[in-house]
Parts: sequence; structure tokens; C-alpha cells
Amino acid sequence: MTAENRTPQEQIETTGHVWDDDLREYNNPLPRWWLWTFYLTIIWGIGYTIAYPAWPLITQATPGLLGYSTRAEVAAEIARVQAANAPIEQRLVETELTSVAADPELHQFALNAGAAVFRTNCAQCHGAGAGGVQASGYPNLLDDDWLWGGDIEAIAFTVRHGIRNATDPDARFSEMPAFAQVLSADEIAQVTEHVLALSGQEHDAALAAQGAPLFLDNCASCHGEAGEGMRDLGAPRLNDAIWLYGGSREAIAAQIAAPRNGVMPNWGDRLSEAQIRAVATYVHGLGGGETLQ
Amino acid sequence: MTTADTQEPRLYAAREPVFPRRVKGRFRTLKWWIMGVTLGIYYVTPWIRWDRGPNLPDQAVLVDLANRRFFFFMIEIWPHEFYFVAGLLIMAGLGLFLFTSALGRVWCGYACPQTVWTDLFILVERWIEGDRNARVRLWHQKWDARKTRLRLVKWTVWLLIALATGGAWVFYFTDAPTLLRNLLTGSAHPIAYTTVAVLTATTFFFGGFFREQICIYACPWPRIQAAMMDEDTLTIGYRVWRGEPRGKLGTPGAGDCIDCKACVNVCPMGIDIRNGQQLACITCALCIDACDDVMAKIGRPRGLIDYLALSDEARERAGKPPRSAWRHILRPRTLLYTALYAAVGIALVVALFLRQEIDMTVAPVRNPTFVLLSDGSVRNTYDVRLRNMNLEDRTFRLSLTSDALLRIELEGTEELTVEVPANQMVLQRVYVIAPAGTPAAEAHRTGLRLWVEDLTSTDRAYRDTTFNGRGE
Repeated sequence: MTAENRTPQEQIETTGHVWDDDLREYNNPLPRWWLWTFYLTIIWGIGYTIAYPAWPLITQATPGLLGYSTRAEVAAEIARVQAANAPIEQRLVETELTSVAADPELHQFALNAGAAVFRTNCAQCHGAGAGGVQASGYPNLLDDDWLWGGDIEAIAFTVRHGIRNATDPDARFSEMPAFAQVLSADEIAQVTEHVLALSGQEHDAALAAQGAPLFLDNCASCHGEAGEGMRDLGAPRLNDAIWLYGGSREAIAAQIAAPRNGVMPNWGDRLSEAQIRAVATYVHGLGGGETLQ
Repeated sequence: MTTADTQEPRLYAAREPVFPRRVKGRFRTLKWWIMGVTLGIYYVTPWIRWDRGPNLPDQAVLVDLANRRFFFFMIEIWPHEFYFVAGLLIMAGLGLFLFTSALGRVWCGYACPQTVWTDLFILVERWIEGDRNARVRLWHQKWDARKTRLRLVKWTVWLLIALATGGAWVFYFTDAPTLLRNLLTGSAHPIAYTTVAVLTATTFFFGGFFREQICIYACPWPRIQAAMMDEDTLTIGYRVWRGEPRGKLGTPGAGDCIDCKACVNVCPMGIDIRNGQQLACITCALCIDACDDVMAKIGRPRGLIDYLALSDEARERAGKPPRSAWRHILRPRTLLYTALYAAVGIALVVALFLRQEIDMTVAPVRNPTFVLLSDGSVRNTYDVRLRNMNLEDRTFRLSLTSDALLRIELEGTEELTVEVPANQMVLQRVYVIAPAGTPAAEAHRTGLRLWVEDLTSTDRAYRDTTFNGRGE
């Protein structure tokens, strides 16, 4: 240590670096173990790249001596969960759907598993909250109006076989004809006013009266004389506040003239029996579930 | 830039070993007491029993992570009451502010686990290897049978203390007698063994070998404490005006400091307090005891090294006595910290007495915000979590009050009652329905209050929430 390496005032060692004539840097040496720790991390790092997947090669990285793989770990974790759930899934498959709610543990499992199945497979059309999409004609599953039945067996059947699909012979099926080829534009307007009257909406009474016999001749066979609907045919109720494709004058007229017929895939091919039962339990418990008659 | 053409400065330095000498005095006595009390609390607390009746643990202090409960004597904290823990942490923070602004790094010097355990390890070291001079000799001598024996005994005792320390920690998280039996029979959970092993290793290493390096290089607390100290903070200092110029006893014109290095020799941080306050000083006050001892021997007044406030320096240099310690401690800043500390404490106590044995949280389901039913009525859904903190099953009845015409229904039952098992939480889907055409159905939002009543105790609780109608 020379005098040059010390500040004149305090006699503290500096690094000897001087900037701008008199700006010096105190030398506070790091502890020696700090340096050793640094070397140790380098050695550790080299060992780590040998033990674990590290160096990228052309098709894949070096696998590492320990054979560790995040994919294998995830697969093992999934297998572990599936094995752990196997007994209760078996119980769900063997239990009558109507009895699931009586078993708190099984019911809770079905609700949770069903919620997961719903979010993965059903939410794309019916919405994450199961509220449906009016503009696209995807039904709301929360309300008390069901096209094909709202008891748990009916819901499970719909999930399993779907609606108007070509892949499942047991799919629920019906088709509303396009009345633009049967009725004149005036007649469609009259029937529209009658349907508005059935659902208690604002309407033209004179036109509605003219539409009543047309409705009886053309529509009542499926939708019922009072518009009460028919679930065996998936014919919606017309005398309530809920509309699949909209309840305005224009929307009703459009549906009479050129109907849309919604399609749902048959999930029996894709989901396990336990998943179908779980999602049926979940949907049944969203607020609109009906008791099996 | 110019570089000195002489020898390159060292960028790394080996640790200078520190051999603190034994010292006696008022602060040393106080520190022994604090060590005894804090270590006693730490080791004994998990073994205190507290009868809570059947089905609940009888350990007085227990952090039950698996069941998400924190037990503290008569208090049982549920996860939704975590604000109690947050409140205690805020109080701990304010307490540190208060003590630091009043007494500097008093936490570091007296109560920090690093200081307390290092102190204990140094005590063990002194018992086995002797006081400072013997230890310095032992350090420099060659390894022979005696040195090996002394070192092995010392390390063994350290390891046992470290094991007890790491062992005591895990007892806070599960039933202590059961865990001790399982630990000894080898049937405890691997996590318990890992935790004990890690804490044993860190205690052994930090207390035995790392010591002051933790405070100087690893701990963030010394860095932020400067922000809380001011010129009235009492901290350890050297009365330069009284001590300098230092010189051997009897030197004409010399100050009170006889440069005996007692203050340096007792320092566990290995520093010289006569250089002034410095980052490495943890204010353990042992140098005060050492210097007072010397001053008594040479017949000078005590306090050459003492708790001093910077604001007194001018007075003392002018020959006046320092102001009393209370004048420094009681100032707006510390009073404010005390008031905040007390306010949080009182609020927590009040909250503790006001809390009920039943509780609910209401989470409105907002996807979708409302559901139109076939008769034109409007329905909202709420996820209601009902908690029964009693030790027996209870039946809760749900109801609502609102200025508007609203009806309540529960998913899965015709009743308005829910069975909630003892010490558990139940999630119930609750529907609130506004009949078609009523103001609540047509409005944008309507307020309502959901009530839960314990039919056994008739305790009631409520939550205010909102009903969404069809209006924009």
C-alpha cells in the first residue's frame, strides 16, 4: 500500500483509480468466500447441464444423465390424479343419476368434474357461464325453459347423443319447415302477430286474429294450440319470455320464413361415461334443473 | 484515468476471525436475560397444551397448514381472517420503526435470532476453548490431539443446539409430541426431516462460522435502518471530545481513552467503535460494558462509550451534560409510531372480540349478470360460502331483506336452510328472483342484504350485495 493509494484526508485505501484529477474509489474488498461461492456456482452450473436436459442439439436437447423430463413429470402427475379419481368415477358410473345429489361426496365430485368438462367442451357455444348466445341460437342452460327436457336424464341423453347431428343415429332430431314456401308474406306477418300475442307482447290485434287459424293449421301440431311447445320434438314454447333465436317481430318472422335448426355434437364419442354424468350433474345444478317426473 | 504503478490493490480479502472476549456489565446481564427469555419462548412454546375440546388440536400454538387453521391459545384464525396475521405483521413493522427511531439498531443488538444464537454459540465456544487469548492461541497453533478434541467437542455441542433449533421449528406446524415420536422412530414425513436438516445446517453454519458476515453482507435490515434514524436517535458512540487524544494512563495531556482496546476485544463484529457509527455495528452495547469496567478501574466516570444522540454533541463539547434519554426518545416521530402501533393493536383486539362464530361471504355470479326466466321474472345467482366456526354441526337459515320485491331460493333444496358441519365451510348456490315487471326486474341495479342465521344460537350475520335487473 502506498501513499498514492490513500485519500489524503482519511488515509483509507483506494483502488488507485483516479478520474477528473481527484475522484477516487475506496477499496472495500469483497470477502474471499464470496469469490469461492462464485466459482462454486460455475462448477454447479456445469454439473447441472450434465445432469439435466440442457444443451440444444439439432433435433432435441441433451437428455441429461438423470433422465429428467418435464413432459414425463406432467404425464406421471396426470396418471396419478386419474388413478386417484378412478374409484369415485366408477361410483359415479354405477349410481343412478337421480341419486347422485343424495351422496354429498359424489355430488361434489360430479359438480367439480362437470364444471371442468363444461369449460373444456361446452363453453365454446354455451358460454363459460352457460348463459348461451342469443345471436347465434346457442341455448341458455341457466333458465327454466328446456327444448328437449331439463331433468337430469334428459340432459345426459342430450349430451351423449347430441342434436340433429349426422354421426349419432340416436341424436335428437326434428326439423322446422321453411314456411316461406308454404305461406305468403302477408300470412307470415299475420302468424307473427299471433305468436307475439301468445307470448303477451305488443301486437296488432286484427292481424293476430287473422293469423290464429293459420297458426292452428301450420304450427300447432308441433308448438301446441296455445304455443306451449312439445319437448319430444324439441319444439320450443312460444308463450313464454324466452326465445332461442330472438323474440322481436323481425326475429320471429325470419324464423317462420326460413328457420334455423341448431346442431349439437354427440359427446358420447368423445367423453367418458363418468364425464357425461358429471357434466349432466353440473348443468342440472345451474338453476334450471327439473325433477324427473 | 491513471493507475498506480505500484502493487495492485486487493479486491478480495479473507475473513478476519473475531474472538470476542468475555465481558460483564449491565448490558451483558440484560442480554443474558433476553437470550434466556427469547430462546425459552422459542423452544418451549410448541409443548404448551391447550384444551379445545374433541376434534381439535390441543396444542396452544399451532400453524395447521393442512387444515388451514392457525391456533393461538384461545384464538383460532381461519384463512378468511388472515387480516389478523397481516395486522400483526404491520405491528411488527411499526414496532421496528419505533425501536429503530428511538434506540437505533436495538433489534440487531439484542433480539435478532442471528445475534442471539451467535451469542449462544460464542458462549459454548468460550466454555470449551477458553476466553479470547486461549482461542487466539488455539487458532494459530498446529492441529494436534488437543486442538482436534476441543474443536470436535465444540462442533458437537453446536450441532446439538442447531438440531434442537431446527427441530423446534417443525413442532409449530403439527402436534409436537406425535411428531417427536415419529421423528425418533423414523416415520415422520420427509418434509419434516428435510426442514429439520436445512434449519440445523443453517443454524450450525450461521451461528458457528458465518456470524458477523450475515449482518455485514447478507442482511438487508442494516441498509434500510439509516432511513429511520435521526440526530435524536440514541445509538452507541464514543465521546471523542472526552477520550482524545488517547494515550497510556498517565500520559500528560491525554484524554480518558487509554487505548486498552477492551472495546475492540469484546466486539462480536470485530470493529473499533471509536471510529464512529458504522455499518457493521449491531449496537450490542458490549463495548459500553467493557469500557465502563476499565473507567471504573482507572477512576474515571463511566460512559466514555455510551448510548449517545448526535444532537447532544455540541452541548457536550461545550462542557454541558447531555439531555436526558427521555428527551430524545419522546419526540413527535416516536409518539406517532407509538400511536400507530397502538391503533393497529386496539383495532385487532376489537375485531377479535366482535367476530362471530358464523360467517358468510357472498360472491355474485356475473356471467351472465342475470337470467330471464320463462314467466318473465329475472333471476340472479350468488355463490354463498357459509362458515360454521362452532364445534358442533349447525343449521343455517338464509333470508334476504330489500326495499324491492325479491324472493330467495337455494339450489338443490326446497328449504331455505343449509346444514353446515362443525368447523367447516359450505358453498351454497343461492338464487334471488324478481317477479316479472317489478321495479327490481326492470331496473339496472337494486341493493339487497343477505342474512344468515344460526338456528341454534340465533347468531346472525349479513352481507350487502347487488341485484342486476334488465335495465341498462
